[in-house]
Amino acid sequence: MADRGTDRVKRGMAEMQKGGVIMDVVNAEQAKIAEEAGAVAVMALERVPADIRAAGGVARMADPTIVEEVMSAVSIPVMAKARIGHIVEARVLEALGADYIDESEVLTPADEVYHLDKSEYTVPFVCGARDLGEALRRVGEGASMLRTKGEPGTGNIVEAVRHMRMVQSQVKKVTGLSKDELMTEAKNLGAPYELLLEIKENGRLPVVNFAAGGVATPSDAALMMQLGADGVFVGSGIFKSDQPDKFARAIVEATTHYEDYELIGRLSKGLGTAMKGMEISNLEPSERMQDRGW
Amino acid sequence: MLKIGVLALQGAVREHVNCLHAPDVEVKIVKRVEELEKIDGLVFPGGESTTMRRLVNKYGFFEPLRQFSEAGKPIFGTCAGLILMAEDIKGETQSHLQLMDMEVQRNAFGRQRESFETKISVKDVGEDVEAVFIRAPLITGVGKEVEILSEFEGEIVAARQNHLLACSFHPELTEDARFHQYFVQMVRESKEAAADSMALT
Repeated sequence: MADRGTDRVKRGMAEMQKGGVIMDVVNAEQAKIAEEAGAVAVMALERVPADIRAAGGVARMADPTIVEEVMSAVSIPVMAKARIGHIVEARVLEALGADYIDESEVLTPADEVYHLDKSEYTVPFVCGARDLGEALRRVGEGASMLRTKGEPGTGNIVEAVRHMRMVQSQVKKVTGLSKDELMTEAKNLGAPYELLLEIKENGRLPVVNFAAGGVATPSDAALMMQLGADGVFVGSGIFKSDQPDKFARAIVEATTHYEDYELIGRLSKGLGTAMKGMEISNLEPSERMQDRGW
Repeated sequence: MLKIGVLALQGAVREHVNCLHAPDVEVKIVKRVEELEKIDGLVFPGGESTTMRRLVNKYGFFEPLRQFSEAGKPIFGTCAGLILMAEDIKGETQSHLQLMDMEVQRNAFGRQRESFETKISVKDVGEDVEAVFIRAPLITGVGKEVEILSEFEGEIVAARQNHLLACSFHPELTEDARFHQYFVQMVRESKEAAADSMALT
């Protein structure tokens, strides 16, 4: 008997990615640069978040040709993004053989009320969250991996830091609560009680939690690891920089040795210009991707 | 105390640490070459083998790991760890540490959607051992020195060559610590044998 798509198989896949960097790529050539640099997975996209911002309009699932091209170019896992609540985009990506699906606020939501029932799929899902309530609602729906939302495509780490600190402090709080306080906490967070109980017993989230949304430099990646991230997604940061291959390697190493400051200093030398960043307070409410989904 | 290290360049490290626990075992996280000197056995965790290999090179682990094995100290590799240990990788011209006389095939079952869990019988470890296969490799050929410990649907999924142990699945993702405890026993025996030979000389 072989059981596919069980929680252990789906969550386990994310466990194997720990301590690693997942990079956004838009073609086979970029995917190879990412793999060569030591990425643990790539996210196949039509455009990186910074370009999605610039282009405006409706952002959808990538052309399947791109996903297939990237899958045949590398041996590391390939992820792809589906719109929030878009059942068919997710099923199509699963049928194509994507190794992981990101139900992502970077794309324009297809459903403003319901997220996908991710427990129904064989393929695992990663979802973004700003706080523990949102994180556990996604896990409750069947997400096998979490990431901070941050503010994608800005090259500004401040939102990712806010979200990671928020989740970590809420996890700590839950760990310290007595059992009779948990149901009230579940009500306040809007999170499933059983998952809070699991956090209390194990002292940590039930699935892996990566940082995402604004990582632009090796120091940013190391910062997120110090704040408790299990790994890092880098979206626009790599292929919007001057020297993508050098940047990619430096971010991978800084993620592994996030407490070695001399090393991170060396890695940061002569990298050229990082992606141009954006000040979050200058974004219009409609431009804030993190507010998509609940 | 036995000191068993888990190579922590990337991958599922904490899970191995949990499975290795025993009253006489102290588990060490190994991130730097000099930390190899203090340990009696080492685990290569699951993760992405390409990533791990790059970091092995970058931090000068390549030769020290080969010497660790030549000194007869036990090594246990799961999934990506097994790929690192293999003499040959099917369809590829370059393999990694070449510690164990076997040929392996990457992603032998297909992509993530083909990943699965099951229960298998493992020689000297037990029946119904819980095994989680994630984009798992297979052992497609072994040398004379290698003993096959387990097969799944006719394919080799666990093997041992003297002090080297490898499996294509993830025992560390389950509560079933028997496979790890088998390795801990290998490390015990290796340390006792080393102490005996010291006493003789």
